[in-house]
Amino acid sequence: MKDSSRRGFMGKAFGGVAAVGAVASLFAMKKSWDPLPSVKAAGFTTLDMSAYNENELVTEKWRGKPIFVLKYTADMIAKLDEKQKGRTIVVGSDHYMVNLGLCTHLGCIPSYDNAEKTFLCACHGGMYDFTGDVTKAPPPRGLDIPPFKIDGNALVLGEEGPEYKKMKETGVTL
Amino acid sequence: MAHFTKATSIKDWLNQRLAIEKVEKVMMSEYWIPKNINFLWAMGMVLVITFALLLVSGIFLLMYYQPNVNTAFDSVNYTIMREVDFGWLWRHVHGVAASVVFLIIYIHMFTGIYYGSYKKGREMIWISGMLLFVAFSAEAFSGYMLPWGQMSYWAGMVITNLFAGGSLHADGLVEWIRGDYVPAQAFLTRFFMLHVLLIPVAIMGLIGLHFGALRIPHVNNQDGEDIDFDVEADKYLKGDKAGSKVIRFANDFMAKDMMVVAFYLVFFFYLVFYHYGFAMDAVNFDPADGLKTPAHIYPEWYFLWSYEILRPFSTDIGLMAFAFAQVIFIMLPFLDRSPNTVPASRRGLFKYWFWAMLVDMIVLTAMGKLPPEGIFSTIGLVAALTFIGLWILLPIITMMEKKA
Repeated sequence: MKDSSRRGFMGKAFGGVAAVGAVASLFAMKKSWDPLPSVKAAGFTTLDMSAYNENELVTEKWRGKPIFVLKYTADMIAKLDEKQKGRTIVVGSDHYMVNLGLCTHLGCIPSYDNAEKTFLCACHGGMYDFTGDVTKAPPPRGLDIPPFKIDGNALVLGEEGPEYKKMKETGVTL
Repeated sequence: MAHFTKATSIKDWLNQRLAIEKVEKVMMSEYWIPKNINFLWAMGMVLVITFALLLVSGIFLLMYYQPNVNTAFDSVNYTIMREVDFGWLWRHVHGVAASVVFLIIYIHMFTGIYYGSYKKGREMIWISGMLLFVAFSAEAFSGYMLPWGQMSYWAGMVITNLFAGGSLHADGLVEWIRGDYVPAQAFLTRFFMLHVLLIPVAIMGLIGLHFGALRIPHVNNQDGEDIDFDVEADKYLKGDKAGSKVIRFANDFMAKDMMVVAFYLVFFFYLVFYHYGFAMDAVNFDPADGLKTPAHIYPEWYFLWSYEILRPFSTDIGLMAFAFAQVIFIMLPFLDRSPNTVPASRRGLFKYWFWAMLVDMIVLTAMGKLPPEGIFSTIGLVAALTFIGLWILLPIITMMEKKA
């Protein structure tokens, strides 16, 4: 009994130390899989908003992801309802859709139809209007809006300006 | 204490140190297999051979493949395919075997389901087999990333996005898995590691478990008969080979096994030499481009059925249906409430359940390949609901089953 309790103690002591080591190494392993600082630092893109033409979709790149930029025509602005206005970014007197060009279903890139002024995702048939709001399932919500800050005529992606914070608060984007 | 004597032969020398005769008996000449089986019992050996082909061809590919986003595509499509002597052979063997291995796995699985080989002590065989299926799926997916073509990139994007869990919106988890905001260098290198080391090691361990799980309950037979292997083995060893219900694993059973393997290899190398195109998606011969989605993103044929269960629903329900489809097969021994271990044809309603499940999975596979439009969407939805419905029905119909 005395012997076995000594061995039991040694076993438990070893087990305790090993458990601490196991948790510590799991932590290290988790951290090793994290995105690298260099990856995170390359996360800002500045767009010159005066360079875009009306109703012509331009795909920019931010954090390796496609960013849709669409300048509205006067006709499109006139047709906006309240919900669509909430998704629109106004720089100076011009109106833009600036969205993450990845379907909110599973991340394919929807394509833009100039004539119909709609987006269609070929992967699973989801559709969006020209402001990026969803009009046909399976996507659960409209296209996401990347964090942005309006800086004169430029838009800085990756920084959170007051207009973006307002969109987040009102639930326009996640 | 072990007593060593001067060896009379190399065999004796080894025998004294490694007990090779004993090992040979345990593993081969006195490992007993029922006589009452058919060619479907050879699928295990066919899978072993296919795994060996994957391993050997993989070793040769590994010598020239470069896991770098700038060079991966060319290292496969230029270096291996054009520069390396017989590089095309290893690639086509690897690609065809990766596809065919799933065909054989499905045959192996449905053979087990048909003959009730997951019951009465054989539960661990089934469970370890399903774990192997999961490991092979992960192996196939991670390998598909490596050529870094358009399908590699976008399959990687779509599948890793599944881990966001729909409305849970766990983007942090997705970025953690990728090591970046999108599939990029960190993603390629870690999936390379998974494909060539971690998952193959797991597969080899699971194969050991799968074989080990067979030792105590033994191989099932065509009638699900409860054979007393000790009695039958004794009969065989006493010379009554005709009266015994069992034969030696080697060389007796293996002789027939290898004959099936031979037919299989003819088929396999026919595919490798004359028909490898089915395993080489044309879209993946465009280099990965994060700013251009291919018109249709579809997985390889062996994942289509579970993909089609995901597709017809809204994101959250689709994900739940998909998760259900991924894990439900492993539960089979516990959802089948009948004590009968006989072929499905002698099991009342289960007979219809078996064929309905098989046909439903073929329909799901076909619909998964077609664009999700019009009538195909509807058929896909019905087939997905049928799949879930069949699993809900299974405990009920098997409980009602009479003792055979």
